[in-house]
Amino acid sequence: MDEGGARVKTLGDAWAWLGDPAHWAGDDGVWHRLTQHLVLTVVCLLISCLIALPVALVLGHLGRGGALAVNISNVGRAVPTFAVLVLLLLTPIGTWGDGPTVVALVLFAVPPLLTNAYVGMRGVDRSIVRAARGMGMTGRQMLWKVELPLALPLVLSGVRIAAVQLVATATIAALAGGGGLGRIITAGFNLASTPQVVAGAVLVAGFALIVEGIFEAAERLAPGWTRGTRRRAG
Amino acid sequence: MTGPPDDCLARNEWICGDYLSTRRQILVDAVVQHLQLTSVSVLIALAVALPLAVLARRFGWAAGPVLALTTVLYTIPSLAMFSLLLPVYGLSAPLVVAGLVLYSLTLLVRNILAGLRAVPEETRQAARGLGYGPIRLLLTVELPLALPAAMAGVRIAMVSAVSLVTVGAIVGFGGLGNLIYSGMNTYFKAQVLTASALCVVIAVAADLLLLGVQRALTPWTRAVRA
Repeated sequence: MDEGGARVKTLGDAWAWLGDPAHWAGDDGVWHRLTQHLVLTVVCLLISCLIALPVALVLGHLGRGGALAVNISNVGRAVPTFAVLVLLLLTPIGTWGDGPTVVALVLFAVPPLLTNAYVGMRGVDRSIVRAARGMGMTGRQMLWKVELPLALPLVLSGVRIAAVQLVATATIAALAGGGGLGRIITAGFNLASTPQVVAGAVLVAGFALIVEGIFEAAERLAPGWTRGTRRRAG
Repeated sequence: MTGPPDDCLARNEWICGDYLSTRRQILVDAVVQHLQLTSVSVLIALAVALPLAVLARRFGWAAGPVLALTTVLYTIPSLAMFSLLLPVYGLSAPLVVAGLVLYSLTLLVRNILAGLRAVPEETRQAARGLGYGPIRLLLTVELPLALPAAMAGVRIAMVSAVSLVTVGAIVGFGGLGNLIYSGMNTYFKAQVLTASALCVVIAVAADLLLLGVQRALTPWTRAVRA
């Protein structure tokens, strides 16, 4: 068979792999891995938001710590996810089951949240802030009623970038023994089964694109004032 | 009778000078592979991204599809990207390079296009008034003015590539990622920490090097600021 034919056959085999109900059931099955991936992504997104957003909003409101908030994104990009996962695995955290995965996921989701929220808060027109102060608003009122609503588009774009990042990091976690859809890929490599590797990759890519699509749809359906110009920080 | 050696390798410590001296060749080989994979990928991506961005700038209708496609590519997690390319390239270095090219494309196209769009219309009209044709306008006016934005894209793409290469360990071509992967399987702390630290050092060094190149290429940006 020529090379092109072999490729078509691999795609057909991957399709057949996905069609086999046996691959969807059980602890190593697609449904279980999909649930793990979803739970990891949602839980870690919530934890990261709880950590990053209050810090970024307060720092942005006070106008302090800007260099840290902006540079942390660049640091996050330079440190390989895989290296952090393995380093955590070899520390005492490694014995906690999903511990290394959760810690690594949160570590990589915090920078985009922090940077975008901070830049959003600082990007609020200073004359509007001064007007709010002139009307006698307290700092707390200004934060909640003026700055946060105006910064919301960038805050939400940070959440979106973090969510996509989380899906990707949860996939790499499989290399270090973490749960999730990536396990289907790594198991495929261990079995030298190209169809399983490709099938797992299709599932992961589909999952990531659906997450991105949900945010895209939410952005379009949201009221106009939450939108604004989309910028990626860093 | 001598007992087992009592050095930092035997104690499996995180930081170990003996590791550096006894495994020097392995480390050098891994760093060289790491540098080759990243630089080749970013260079190919640059060669593809430049015409794409120019096309998207010249023909407005092309911008939407080009940006949408590169965004979709960027959304796919790296491990899945390498896996999707497996039937095409097999377990080989070109697989890792192809995956990294696809990632870098997004960052480069977006930044070059933003740079080209930021060229003021008056500047363009002034060049046309001086008799510049479209090619000369592009090469001597638009591209130089887009250079700072483009270089920002190259820097981000380079740093991302240095970090993403490590995932290539799944197919055996991950540069320092190979050492991290084997260190994980053998619980070799010094190897994992040394390789990880080297990754960060390479990323920072590449970023600073490109910043220097950018300064050298765009002397006028400094003159304006001064």
